[in-house]
Amino acid sequence: MKHIIEVTKANIYYGTNHVLKNISMSINENSVTAFIGPSGCGKSTLLRCFNRMNDYIDDFIKEGDILIEGKDIYKKKVQVEELRQKVGMVFQKPNPFPKTIYENVAYGLRIQGINDKSVIDERVEKSLNRAALWKEVKDSLNKSALSLSGGQQQRLCIARTLAVKPSIILMDEPASALDPISTAKIEELINELKEHYTIVIVTHNMQQAARISDKTAFFYLGELIEYDKTKDLFIKPKQKVTENYITGRFG
Amino acid sequence: MNKLATNRLIDIGFKYVGIFCTLFGLIMLAIFIGYILFMGISRIDWDFMTNLPSRNAAKAGILTAWTVTVWILVLTALIAIPLGVSTGVYLQEYGKNNGLGSIIEINIANLAGVPSIIYGLLGLEIFVRVMNFGGSLLAGAFTLALLILPIIIVATREALKAVPKSLREASFAMGATKWQTVWLQTLPAASGGILTGIILALSRAVGETAPLIVIGALAYVPFVPKSPMDEFTVLPMQIFNWISRPQHEFLINGAAAIIILLLITFLMNAIAIYLRNRWQKKINW
Repeated sequence: MKHIIEVTKANIYYGTNHVLKNISMSINENSVTAFIGPSGCGKSTLLRCFNRMNDYIDDFIKEGDILIEGKDIYKKKVQVEELRQKVGMVFQKPNPFPKTIYENVAYGLRIQGINDKSVIDERVEKSLNRAALWKEVKDSLNKSALSLSGGQQQRLCIARTLAVKPSIILMDEPASALDPISTAKIEELINELKEHYTIVIVTHNMQQAARISDKTAFFYLGELIEYDKTKDLFIKPKQKVTENYITGRFG
Repeated sequence: MNKLATNRLIDIGFKYVGIFCTLFGLIMLAIFIGYILFMGISRIDWDFMTNLPSRNAAKAGILTAWTVTVWILVLTALIAIPLGVSTGVYLQEYGKNNGLGSIIEINIANLAGVPSIIYGLLGLEIFVRVMNFGGSLLAGAFTLALLILPIIIVATREALKAVPKSLREASFAMGATKWQTVWLQTLPAASGGILTGIILALSRAVGETAPLIVIGALAYVPFVPKSPMDEFTVLPMQIFNWISRPQHEFLINGAAAIIILLLITFLMNAIAIYLRNRWQKKINW
């Protein structure tokens, strides 16, 4: 399988705080990779390196290399806007724009200068369909996105990300603010999406990681402790600390 | 008396202290407005609004004063809004959150508290003399714009601060540039707060007299200015001029003009409150 993301000896600091220590890992294309670990272990920080969302933190320092599709994304000439069209992100709390449902999905196209209505119409429908939301909202595209339920809002955020045709989707605990039914829908969706997209998901829910991911990475205190096929990691972890964590002995 | 009873007594006691404090302000204001209305309301008619000022109290009107007030308000807004909002956006969204930033922030907050006559002196030197506008409407508008600039900057920053970080993150994550994020997301989301701030700032400008006296606004302008370079007077100046005269008739004119000035500020505040409410209703995070 092709490696779409490659991290080599990455060290991340916030000022003097060493949050990620010597991380090396490769992420497979068109698969779901889960990042698990206790709060503050650095898993979200690593996720946010992949679309450079950490750029806005003043004392953020990165060492080592992060390559996406073979290119160093932290090189000076890399245009961060272009990178983020390729590497989409879904956040913990659904954060639709305070605009209509239609305009939420169209946003990514509009900022690229695409204004042709037929192109946008088509892409909006396709993206909402992919995000399993089209049936629910097709008659209310001009309603405010904020009128949707939390689960629908999160699927709208996924649709919005899909509209700009990314190859990678980063998800930062996308279901942690949702009820069980909405969570199940999101998980089902992730399962469908991995056919066309590479998904990296941070989750605190270990059952979720076990259900949806192909590979799982366990982080602890800034280190990548274990990274393996999800089945292997959950059934016979190689490290004692991984076993303690997944069996709930600490967390 | 046990502890519980004492606490109850304090509770009730404070309620009455609170009522007294509230009433004090309200009653003073009621007396003032009642007195002004009693004196001036009968003097307000069509002629009063459309007559030029005159030595004859019965013929004198406030056409110059109120039209120039509107004129100067529009000019001030045209100057102060782009400058103030842009500054606020830059400081909040682009400026780094470091030592220099907080020094600038404190200084702008301080500028909002500088006595207005100081701004008048600044305006006299820069606009009237150096830029050679003379004692004109334009010099007045620039001076007032300077005066309300800090208020608009602070209001813009506060409104932008209230926009949740998640909105900016969502926009950046879609591949938007900083400018696109500001223009398409942050600024519209903050627009209610910014508008409210702008209107409150402008309603302060309407009532200012001191800086305009310094830059040479005249008390007696018997014509309606035709260009921004003309001499001018404004409502507060007209009021000041009338009530400093000995004749009782002019005092009544002054009261009538005060009612008009109050109406203008009242109207502007009402618009500000309306906009704020509408904005709060529209966006529920």
